[in-house]
Amino acid sequence: MSASVVYALAFYAATAILIIGVARKIVQYAKTPAPLKIPTMPAPVTQAGVVVRMFTEVALFNSLFKSNKWSWIFGWMFHFALLLALFRHLRYVIPADSFLMPLIGHEIVQAFGKYAGFAMLAGLGGLFARRIVVDRVRYISSPSDYAMLLLIMGIAFTGLMMSFVNHTDIVLLKEFMLGLLVFNIQPLPTDVVLLVHLALVIILMIIFPISKLLHAPGVFFSPTRNQVDNSREKRHLAPWAAELEADRKAGE
Amino acid sequence: MADFDVPELQEYSVVPKLEEGTMAHISSFKAKPKFQGPLGYPDELVDNWEEKVITKMDELRGKYRGFQVFLDSCVKCGACTDKCHYYLGTKDPKNMPVARQDLLRKVYRRYSTFAGKFFGALGIPGFVGAADLNKEVLDDWYTYFHQCSQCRRCSVYCPYGIDTAEISMAAREIMSSVGVSQKYCNEIIGKAQTIGNNLGLPEKALIDTLEGLEEEVEEDTGVAVKFPLDQKGADILLITPSADFFAEPHVDGLIGYAKVFHEAGASWTMSSHASEAANFGMFIGSYENMRTLSLRIRKAAIDLGVKRIVFGECGHAWRVAYSFLHTLAGPFDFLDQNYPIPQHICEYTNDLIENDELKFDKSENDHMTVTFHDSCNVARASRMGDKPGGQMEIPRAVIKAVCNNYVDMAEDTIGEATFCCGGGGGLLTDDLMEIRVKGAQPRMEAYKSVVDNGGVTHLAAICAICKAQFSKILPKYGYGMTDIVSVHQLVSDAIILTGSEDDTSEDSDTNESE
Repeated sequence: MSASVVYALAFYAATAILIIGVARKIVQYAKTPAPLKIPTMPAPVTQAGVVVRMFTEVALFNSLFKSNKWSWIFGWMFHFALLLALFRHLRYVIPADSFLMPLIGHEIVQAFGKYAGFAMLAGLGGLFARRIVVDRVRYISSPSDYAMLLLIMGIAFTGLMMSFVNHTDIVLLKEFMLGLLVFNIQPLPTDVVLLVHLALVIILMIIFPISKLLHAPGVFFSPTRNQVDNSREKRHLAPWAAELEADRKAGE
Repeated sequence: MADFDVPELQEYSVVPKLEEGTMAHISSFKAKPKFQGPLGYPDELVDNWEEKVITKMDELRGKYRGFQVFLDSCVKCGACTDKCHYYLGTKDPKNMPVARQDLLRKVYRRYSTFAGKFFGALGIPGFVGAADLNKEVLDDWYTYFHQCSQCRRCSVYCPYGIDTAEISMAAREIMSSVGVSQKYCNEIIGKAQTIGNNLGLPEKALIDTLEGLEEEVEEDTGVAVKFPLDQKGADILLITPSADFFAEPHVDGLIGYAKVFHEAGASWTMSSHASEAANFGMFIGSYENMRTLSLRIRKAAIDLGVKRIVFGECGHAWRVAYSFLHTLAGPFDFLDQNYPIPQHICEYTNDLIENDELKFDKSENDHMTVTFHDSCNVARASRMGDKPGGQMEIPRAVIKAVCNNYVDMAEDTIGEATFCCGGGGGLLTDDLMEIRVKGAQPRMEAYKSVVDNGGVTHLAAICAICKAQFSKILPKYGYGMTDIVSVHQLVSDAIILTGSEDDTSEDSDTNESE
């Protein structure tokens, strides 16, 4: 089997694992009741307020900012850079005539995405250093915590290599990616840096639903952050808790 | 009790370097078999407990979304590692919130996740932070989940809102389900469920105590302030922690509530059936036990025919009341919907103050400079008033209405960032004195700073546990046992009762008050 076929099959498998795995967790979170009101107070008293709170958490890492400025700057830098890099990469999977192309292909988006790789590496490097330098963080770190940082650093590093040192055949790559979308396996460029880059991305996709990377969907389901503070105004009752009340009618 | 050194208070709190195992020797007394059955738990450690632990954990993951999300979402970023007062006071790394959670999470990872099973099969579960469950792990759980006061300070700083209190409650519930429970919590729940309060005071003792208080207040003030019990048809049912009936300084708070009700001309009563605001069912993570205790309050309210429920000064009780009572024992359609259900005594008093219905002689408190200790469950798990943060503002507004001298402690030790007193969450027992003393260090350092630099003489609180804890802990750190005061004790000292010797309204005022 050629590298193209191996990578194509790996991409299909990884995509399936990522989508099905994360979807299963999201369904699990959504279906599990939160029987008690436990927002960390002071909390918003309206649903709109919860949206604002969630936005400050997801977009600005508000709680982390309160906790530790170093973790915040490294963590936020990494995540925001990752987002920019992802935007840039959309170019490789959407057709040239897509309505998104003027936006994604815009040189500002592309330039930010390109240099975001450095910010990613810097942020990840900072987080890695914290794990080693701060005794408390070292204590709570498992090998997988370091491994995951190294994995993403590897992705960023090989990406930067291709942007600045060792260009790959981007036209060929795009044909491969667009081919994948229609189950038509096209040849993949065979330079090692690209193959490593893609292999690491495939690993990342596979471990996503079985690791702490679940923090991404998890934060949206965190009752301490997504609940409205209205327990006095509105009765909150989980289905399993309602069942307990069968005895009540008789008792009072 | 082992000997230990009381930490030396520093000018500025520093995050200590960790020292493994400094608190490993602490083990709270276990519940005796006869107290387990009535709460629905096995008498002692059951056979096959390993299996049953996992089954129970699975059950709880299916019942509590927070538990499941928190187990999955931690990225070990370290944001919480320096936020727990027990870590700051003991240096024991297992008292870092994430490490405490990991005691449980590593077992979840091992038996209930693909990563843990996979690397477990390879013989290296530790690679992904998973570990086998064994007796040592269970012992660690017992030790360290009883060194968490469920204060939620860590959850403020967690980027995913992971609340160690939820993990610690689940862990205690799991342990209880295999027959390993703490004596202090479970015996108290037993008393509250059979007698009506945590102290096991029967109705007769309550009557005697309240009569004694009536005599005392009348002697002091010349005014016949009533402390009604089981008075049918009263408007307001006061639910207060039973410590208020006799402990110091709690009882001075109760006297304060009674004086406020008296001055407001309110018709109120306490209940012998529900003579306890505290609800230790929360501490052991038991929805069922928490519910059973809450239903006593519902029953009392129905039986007495009251229109309102007001809670006295108690931190976790206010959490259960504010956040959970409606869920556990509602709906309360039989109460007057024009008032918050339930209402906190500070909200009640503050409303009267804002409407100018109470008169104070603030100079009565001039011998004190007061600071306020935000109790964790009030600050981070409840609210007062209409606006977020009212739980911080309203008690301070009450204090400032009755005291001339008030100073806040440092910003990062109050409000949502408040440090626990060190005795919450079911830790207020003598067999845990070492962790209580050490866990109080961050609060004591903040207090020392305002004593040294702000002339503060007294620490006011609105929580029965905080008050009991501080009256024990303050002397260990060289402060007076009576430096801790109830907020309504300050109210009590300053309030001018109509018709008392201090009441000069008829001489000075022009009889505005009807």
